Amino acid sequence: MTPASRAIDVATLPRYGFGHRSLTWWGTLGLLAIESTAFGLAIVAYLYLKGRADEWPTAALAPRMFWANLTTAILLVSAVPNELAKRAARRLDLGRVRLWLVVCLVLEIAVIATRAMEFPLLNVRWDANAYGSVVWTLLGLHTTHLITDFGDSGVLTLLMMSGPVNENRFVDVAENSLYWYFVIASWIPIYAVIYLVPRFG
Amino acid sequence: MNPVDIQSALHPAGPQAAHIAWLWWLMLSVCAAVFVIVLAAMGVAVYRGRHHTGPPADEAAMRRAVSLATGATVVILIALLFASVWTGRAIAALGSPTPLDVEVTAAQWWWQVEYAAPQPSNRVTTANEIHLPIGRVVRVLLKSTDVIHSFWIPNLHGKVDLIPGRGNVIWLRADTAGTYRGQCAEFCGIQHAHMALTVIVEPEPQFEAWLVKERRAAEAPQTPEQQRGRDLVAHGSCALCHSVQGDGPSAHLGPDLTHFASRPTIAAGELENTPENLAAWLADPQRIKVGSRMPATGLRGDDLQAVVAYLEQLK
Amino acid sequence: MRGQDLAADPRLEPAALAREARLLAETWAQPRGIVGWFSNTDHKTIGLRFLVTSFVFFALGGVLAALMRIQLARPDAHFLWPDLYDQIFTMHGTTMMFLFAVPVMLALGIYFVPLMIGARDIAFPRLVAFGYYMFVFGGIFLYVMFLLNTGPDNGWFSYVPLAGPAFSAGKRGDVWAQLITFTEVSALVVAVALIVTIFKMRAPGMSLNRVPIFVWGMLVVSFMILFAMPAVMLASSWLIMDRLVGTHVFNKAQGGDPLLWQHLFWFFAHPEVYIIFLPAQAMMSTLISTFSRRPVFGYLALVLSLSATAFIGFGVWVHHMFATGLPQLGASFFTAASLMIVVPTGVQFFCWIATLWSGRPQFTVPMLYALGFFAVFLIGGLTGVMLAAVPLNQQVHDTFFVVAHLHYVLIGGAVFPLLGMVFYWFPKLTGRLLDNGIGTVAFWTLFVGFNLTFFPQHILGLEGMPRRVYTYPAAMGWGGLNLMSSIGAMTIGVSMLIYLYNVAVSLRRGEVAAANPWEASTLEWATASPPPPFNFSPMPTVGDRDPLWSPDPQPVVVGLATDKREVLVTQLMDAVPELARKQPHPTIWPFLAAVAVSVMFVWSIFSPWGVIYGSIPIAITFIGWFWPTDGKRPQAFEHDVASGHVQERAV
Repeated sequence: MTPASRAIDVATLPRYGFGHRSLTWWGTLGLLAIESTAFGLAIVAYLYLKGRADEWPTAALAPRMFWANLTTAILLVSAVPNELAKRAARRLDLGRVRLWLVVCLVLEIAVIATRAMEFPLLNVRWDANAYGSVVWTLLGLHTTHLITDFGDSGVLTLLMMSGPVNENRFVDVAENSLYWYFVIASWIPIYAVIYLVPRFG
Repeated sequence: MNPVDIQSALHPAGPQAAHIAWLWWLMLSVCAAVFVIVLAAMGVAVYRGRHHTGPPADEAAMRRAVSLATGATVVILIALLFASVWTGRAIAALGSPTPLDVEVTAAQWWWQVEYAAPQPSNRVTTANEIHLPIGRVVRVLLKSTDVIHSFWIPNLHGKVDLIPGRGNVIWLRADTAGTYRGQCAEFCGIQHAHMALTVIVEPEPQFEAWLVKERRAAEAPQTPEQQRGRDLVAHGSCALCHSVQGDGPSAHLGPDLTHFASRPTIAAGELENTPENLAAWLADPQRIKVGSRMPATGLRGDDLQAVVAYLEQLK
Repeated sequence: MRGQDLAADPRLEPAALAREARLLAETWAQPRGIVGWFSNTDHKTIGLRFLVTSFVFFALGGVLAALMRIQLARPDAHFLWPDLYDQIFTMHGTTMMFLFAVPVMLALGIYFVPLMIGARDIAFPRLVAFGYYMFVFGGIFLYVMFLLNTGPDNGWFSYVPLAGPAFSAGKRGDVWAQLITFTEVSALVVAVALIVTIFKMRAPGMSLNRVPIFVWGMLVVSFMILFAMPAVMLASSWLIMDRLVGTHVFNKAQGGDPLLWQHLFWFFAHPEVYIIFLPAQAMMSTLISTFSRRPVFGYLALVLSLSATAFIGFGVWVHHMFATGLPQLGASFFTAASLMIVVPTGVQFFCWIATLWSGRPQFTVPMLYALGFFAVFLIGGLTGVMLAAVPLNQQVHDTFFVVAHLHYVLIGGAVFPLLGMVFYWFPKLTGRLLDNGIGTVAFWTLFVGFNLTFFPQHILGLEGMPRRVYTYPAAMGWGGLNLMSSIGAMTIGVSMLIYLYNVAVSLRRGEVAAANPWEASTLEWATASPPPPFNFSPMPTVGDRDPLWSPDPQPVVVGLATDKREVLVTQLMDAVPELARKQPHPTIWPFLAAVAVSVMFVWSIFSPWGVIYGSIPIAITFIGWFWPTDGKRPQAFEHDVASGHVQERAV
C-alpha cells in the first residue's frame, strides 16, 4: 500500500452508543438467537413426542393454570417498567433508571415466586414418563433464564444505585432490557405448549 | 463362491440387491466421468494460466462458462435423483399377498429368527441363521429387545435398523442358491463385531424339508453321556436362558438350542460349530466373546463333555 | 470515501507515526508473568493458543487412529481388546470433531478476522479468552477420564438406547455428553464475538461487498454455530438427565423415543460438518486468488454459495437416518436436498477453475494443498452424491464406504486447505517462513498416504465390512485391503511429522518474513509479521476488495486515543465510522469464570446438586468479570443527543 497522505479523523466521534450502535446489543442478540433456537427445538421435541403418544398428557392431569396465568400477567406487566428503564437509560436519567430498575426487580421476584408454585402443579414428575420429562425441561429452560436475568439485573441495579456510573452503564441498562424482553416473549409459546396444548391441542 | 463375495453388495443374489447394484454402477460411471472432467478442467486451467501470453481472459465468457457448468451440474443431479427415486420404487414394488413371513429379533449380540405359521405348533424358532427358498417373496419383521441393531445381508438388500419399540419391515427375494453372510451394521456394544447371520438360500423342496425338521421336537439323547448332558442342561444354569423344545428348558433370553447341532456356527458366527469349539465356548464364554451375555457355566471335565455330547446330537 | 485532504497532515509524518506506534505498544501491551499469562486477552495470543491446542488434539486423535489401524491391519488381531477399541474409536471421532476440526477453524478466525478487516481487536476479547479456557478444560477433562478407563465408548454420535442408563452403566456416557457442553459453550461464545466483530468493527470503506471471502466464511460459519449447536446441547443434556435423574426422553418404555436422539443429534451434526468445511472453502478462495495473482473470480457467486451451503446444510440431516425405516416420500425429500447442496459447492469449484485459468498460477506449497483439495475433496463429494441416494445408502451406510467418504471430505475438504493456509499464514503468525522443500515433501507424503489409507475402504464397504468393528474374520478376505489401509495410515503419520519438523526447524532458522512475503491482497499483510499488539498503526481504510493490490492511496484513520485501548465501531452495511469504543483491559476473570463453570460441569455429572452449588462460584466469578473498573466518574454530564457527544460537568 502506498503511504497515506490523507486522514479520516475520528477524534470527535461519540465514545458510546445505544441500540445497534452498541456492541452489547449485538452480543445480546446473539445470545437470544441461541436461546430461541434451543427453545424452538425443545418445543418441536415436545410436539414430536406428543405425536407418537397414545395419551397426552401421559398418565397425568393437565397442568393447573392458576399460577401460570399469574406468571404471564406479571411478565406482561413488567414490560412497562422494562421499557421505561430503557428509555430513561437512553436519556442518561439516573434517577428514573434507578426507579424503574427497582420496580422491574420487584416484579421479577414476584415472577420467580409464582414460577416456583407452577412446578408442583404441573401434576407430573420429571421422571414419571417422557411427557413429564419434556414438560419439566420446557419450564426449566425458561426458569433458568428467569433466574440468570434476575441475577444480572440485580447486579446492574446494585451498580446503578451505588457503583461507578458512566455512560457505558446506561448502555448496559438499555441493552439488558432486551434480555428481559426475550424472557417475556419466549414465555408466550412455552406457556401455550405446556398449558394450552394438553387442553386444546 | 469367493469368500469375499458372500457378504458383498456387488454380487447380488436377489432383485433388491440387483436394483441397488445397477444404481451403484450408474452412479459410479457418472461420478467417475465428472471426476475426470473436473480434474482435467483444473489441469487445463493451471496450464493455460501459467503459459498464456495473449490478452487477458474475457470475464463475460468465463461467466457464461461457469453458468453452463452449473447448469450441467444441475441436470446431472436431477438425473441422478430420478435414478435414485426410480430404484427406490422398483425396490418398493417387491411384494406379495402371500409372502414368507419371518420375524427377526435382535439382541446383544445374536439374532433370533422365527418363521410364522397359522398353527402355533408349526412355528419355527432358531438363532443366527435364516433359510430362504429360492424365488419366494419374504417379508421380514424386524424387532429388537435392547438397543438399535441393523439387519444387513448385502447380497440380498440394503440394511434396515431394528429399533426397540418399532417394527420395521424389509421385503426380500433370493434368486441364487448359496450360503451368504449377514452382519449387524449398527454399533450395538462391545461385541458388535461378532454378530453375524448365516443365510442359506435353497430350492423350495429343501427349504420345506428344513422347516419340517425344525418343527420336530429335540432329538432324544441316546447314550448315557448324552442323557447326562441333557439333565445338566435341563436342570442347570442353561435353563435360565435357553430352550430345547419338547425336552427341558424353555427360557427365551438366549438362543433356542433345539436344533443346535445343525447350525454352522456358535455365538453368532464367532466359531465354527465343532465339538472342540463348543467345549471351549462352554468352558469360558467370556474368553471367546468377552462381554457376551452368557456367563461362565462352571462346567468341567466329564460334565462338560456330557453337555457337548448332548448338544452336538441336537440335529 | 472522502477524507480530509490535509496535504501536510502533521499526524501522518513518519516521526509522528513512530511516536504513535510507541504509545500504542505501551497501551495495548499485555501483562506478563504467570498471572499475566492467564489474564491475556489479546485476540492474537488467544487465537494462537487455540490453534496450537487444536493441533495437539489433532495429534492425539491421530495417535488414536494409528492404534485402530494397527488393530485392523490383520484379521482377528489381539492388539486392542474390544472395550479399549470402543473407547479409542469414540475418542478418535470425538477428538477430531469437537476438539480439533471446529476449534482450529475458530482459532484462525479469532486471529485473522480482526486483521483482515483492519481492526485493532476482536469484539468481546474477554469472552473469547473464556471460550478458549472452556475448550481446553473440556479436552483435559475428556482425556483425564479416558486415562482413568472412563473414556466414552459409544461412538462420537452416542446413539440411545445403547448410551442410555440401561445399557451403559458408569460415567463414560456422561463424560461424553458433558464434553459436548464444554465445546459447544466455547464455540458459541466465539461465534457471537466473530459475528459482532465482522458486523461492527470493519475498517472504514469496507462495505459488505468488499469483505474478504475468508471473513464471509467465518461470518456464515458463526451463524451456523448459533443455530446448530443448541440442538446437540439439548440432546446431550437430556441424555445426562435420562442417565442421572431418571427422565425418559429417549426411553421408549415410558413414551420417549430413541429416534428423537438421532433427529436432534444429526440436526446439529450435519451442519457441524459444514461448520468445518465452509471455512476451508473460504480458505480455498483465498489461496487460489493469492497464488493466481488475481482477485478471485465470481465474488458474489462465492459469497452466495457459502450462504446457500450453510442454509441447505440445515435441511439434510435425515440422510444419516435412511436405514431407520422412514417413509419413502420423506426420505426422497432429503435425497433431493442432499443433492441440491452439491450445486453451491460446484459453483465454487467452477469459480476457482476460472480464477486459475485467467490468473498466473504459482506452485507454492499452499497452492499444492489447494490443488490437492480438488482431487481429494472431489472424490469425497462424489461419494456423498452416491450416499444421498436412499437405495445405495442402505447398502453402504454404516460400512467402511462411509468411513472413506467422511475422511475424503473432511481431510480433503478441510485438512488440506487448513495445512495450506497454516503454511501461508505461518510468516504472519511467527515472523518466519516455512521451508518450501520440506513443505513439498510433507504434502506429497500426505497425498499418497491419505489415498492409500482411505481409497481401499470404499471397496471394503461394498464388500460388506461394517464400521465400528474391532476386528473381522480372516475368511472374509478383507485382510489385504485393511493392511494396505493401515500402511497408508502410518504414511499419513509420517507426513504430519514432516510438517511438524518443518514448523520446528523454521521457527528457529526459517527465512525471516517481511510484512507481505506472498504479495497477497488482504489487510493482514499490511502490518508487521507478527503484528504488533495494536495490529495497525495507522489504522487503514479500504476502497476496494483487494486493498493491497489497489494502486490508489487510501486515507488512514486518525483520532483514536493512544492512552486507552480504543477501537473503531462502524456501520453494518457500509462501514462508515460510528463511534469509538474503549475495549476492556486484560484480566484473569475469564480464566476464573471458566474454572468455575468447568467445576460445575464436572460436578453435575456426579450429582445434580452440582448444578445448584456449582452455580455459586459461577455467579461470583461472572460478577467479578463484569464489575466495571472504569473508575468512578462524576455522575453528572451533559449529553448532546443529536451528536452523541458527552461532556462531563465538573462536580
